Amino acid sequence: MLSKLTTDWEVDLETDVLVIGGGPAGTWAAWSAASRGARVVLVDKGYCGTTGCAAASGNGVWYVPPEPQAREAAMASRESLGGYLAHRQWMRRVLDQTYASVNLLAEWGYPFPTDDEGKPYRRSLQGPEYMKLMRRQIKRAGVKILDNSPALELLVDEAGVVAGATGVNRQTNNQWRVCSLAVVIATGGCAFLSKALGCNVLTGDGYLMAAEAGAEMSGMEFSNAYGISPAFSSVTKTLFYNWATFTYEDGTPIPGAGSQRGRSLIAKTLLEQPVYAIIDKAAEEMRSSMRLAQPNFFLPFDRAGIDPFTQRFPVTLRLEGTVRGTGGIRIIDETCATSVKGLYAAGDAATRELICGGFTGGGSHNAAWAISSGYWSGESAAEFAKTWGSKGNQRQVQGVGEAAFQPRSEHPHTLATDEVIQAVQAEVFPYDRNLFRTEQGLSDSLGRLDYLWQEVRDSQVENKQLIRAREAAAMVATARWMYNSALERKETRGMHKHQDYPQQDTNQQHHLISGGLDHVWVKSQPIENTEKTLVGVISNS
Amino acid sequence: MIELVSASRCIKCNICVNICPTNVFDRVPDAPPAIARKSDCQTCFMCELYCPVDALYVAPETDLQTSVNEAELAQKGLLGSYRENIGWGLKRGSTAKNDQTFQILKQMR
Repeated sequence: MLSKLTTDWEVDLETDVLVIGGGPAGTWAAWSAASRGARVVLVDKGYCGTTGCAAASGNGVWYVPPEPQAREAAMASRESLGGYLAHRQWMRRVLDQTYASVNLLAEWGYPFPTDDEGKPYRRSLQGPEYMKLMRRQIKRAGVKILDNSPALELLVDEAGVVAGATGVNRQTNNQWRVCSLAVVIATGGCAFLSKALGCNVLTGDGYLMAAEAGAEMSGMEFSNAYGISPAFSSVTKTLFYNWATFTYEDGTPIPGAGSQRGRSLIAKTLLEQPVYAIIDKAAEEMRSSMRLAQPNFFLPFDRAGIDPFTQRFPVTLRLEGTVRGTGGIRIIDETCATSVKGLYAAGDAATRELICGGFTGGGSHNAAWAISSGYWSGESAAEFAKTWGSKGNQRQVQGVGEAAFQPRSEHPHTLATDEVIQAVQAEVFPYDRNLFRTEQGLSDSLGRLDYLWQEVRDSQVENKQLIRAREAAAMVATARWMYNSALERKETRGMHKHQDYPQQDTNQQHHLISGGLDHVWVKSQPIENTEKTLVGVISNS
Repeated sequence: MIELVSASRCIKCNICVNICPTNVFDRVPDAPPAIARKSDCQTCFMCELYCPVDALYVAPETDLQTSVNEAELAQKGLLGSYRENIGWGLKRGSTAKNDQTFQILKQMR
């Protein structure tokens, strides 16, 4: 019980804006707040620069020059895929902000390539280079970075306004507290420790912390993204599988299987037998372009001694959950505020339904959202901090973490953290549970997940187990929001495939908001209502 | 998974300890870092990229442990191969400027 036992913090800081998470969204938020004169502390579970899925893998960016036709096409192209849940107003402002911010990256020295017409090409970012640059930029802006320092719970004041966080340095075990006038959660989504490339730091921690402070989720039914990877490998980069032939073990092509619309067929086949791929549709000249575009795609092959263009190799689908899903913490207005005062959300931690509805094809939209929502959340957190004046840091604050901090039972037992994690994975990994959803399957899973949540809530953990225990709790909570929302959406829309309701239903063209920990709830929210909520909430009165 | 910290190459800078996103390594006084929590390795290859002396090797197998032979890896040019591909290190330039994604996306239309 960190919050109860500790009165002397080894690191005890006071700041204007605290950013939790150091991937693209977190670093953009930190830069944006700091460049408005705010004092900023950024804490990361890993190392700001290598943490998260973007650093490890890189991504395309939804970067479209401000030409009306190009913009129109960019917005129209995903509307039907996403099930018509996206908002054009949000798409427009994300396209504007992404364009401006990516151009800033070029000014800061990101080595963008030039295309064959000699024009700069800015639709793709190499992960390690991008995040190394972002770290350097936020340090220059004066941001204080605490690496290897997972946040464990939020602090709130007597009025329930979020006022900082506490956590621990996982290498020194020093406990830290940061009291702040505003907080941005940019902790990424949840891939349930599936080892999809760079995704294991993403365990839904931010959702759990936000929910404990009273925040809501949105779009959690869009949480069943799976990435193709060689069966032995972590490298879930799917672009090049556009040029693949998928076969059974004997080399016969699997009819209809493909990396885009045929991914379900790969999953169905994998339920029964191994699936192989060979990138045999790439012409000779394409192959060298591919190596230059995505060096890490070839890493596992080169090391395993496989030529993916001429040799078949077994593939699998790894769960990317809400990382390449589109659900996350609900955003209530253009400032990227959550429904809890003082708390903002950005990147994969926040819902991306606003710009892509129920489907993203990978990095592109999520990268643009991380950049834009990071920028706005940092800006608005800095503005909110200014409204406090000197009284802000005189507030009485307390931690609101419950799971793994405060057992509900009077005689708590020790939490078997690894078993809980394996049990959650058994509910969310299998394709016939999460990809192909049925009412029966979802209800059965929820029965077990509710039991697991009770386990978590009635247990206590030793301090050295606290980080993993909070991750376990966050994964159980995330799975429960996912499946409760999935049960409620009795149709097939976006990436949510409901076997009992295989059609899209025009009466369900709404968002599903969810929340709660001990009692999970789901309610629908008409799309029009969000459109109206466009006035910033920048006040603490 | 991470399979090798080469004792002969390692300069004990402990950069890998600091930058590993999943905290796999531990510092060891006067010795190369230890692979302390191998099962937490997510096979993201970031440690190799940040190692200034190509002392680390991450095997492509994500869920299985494999045995590796340092001399063989060196001979095949696999120690530091990812860092070379990315163009990090002395007298190299980032290969991000050679990214040919535009060629590939053109073919997709």
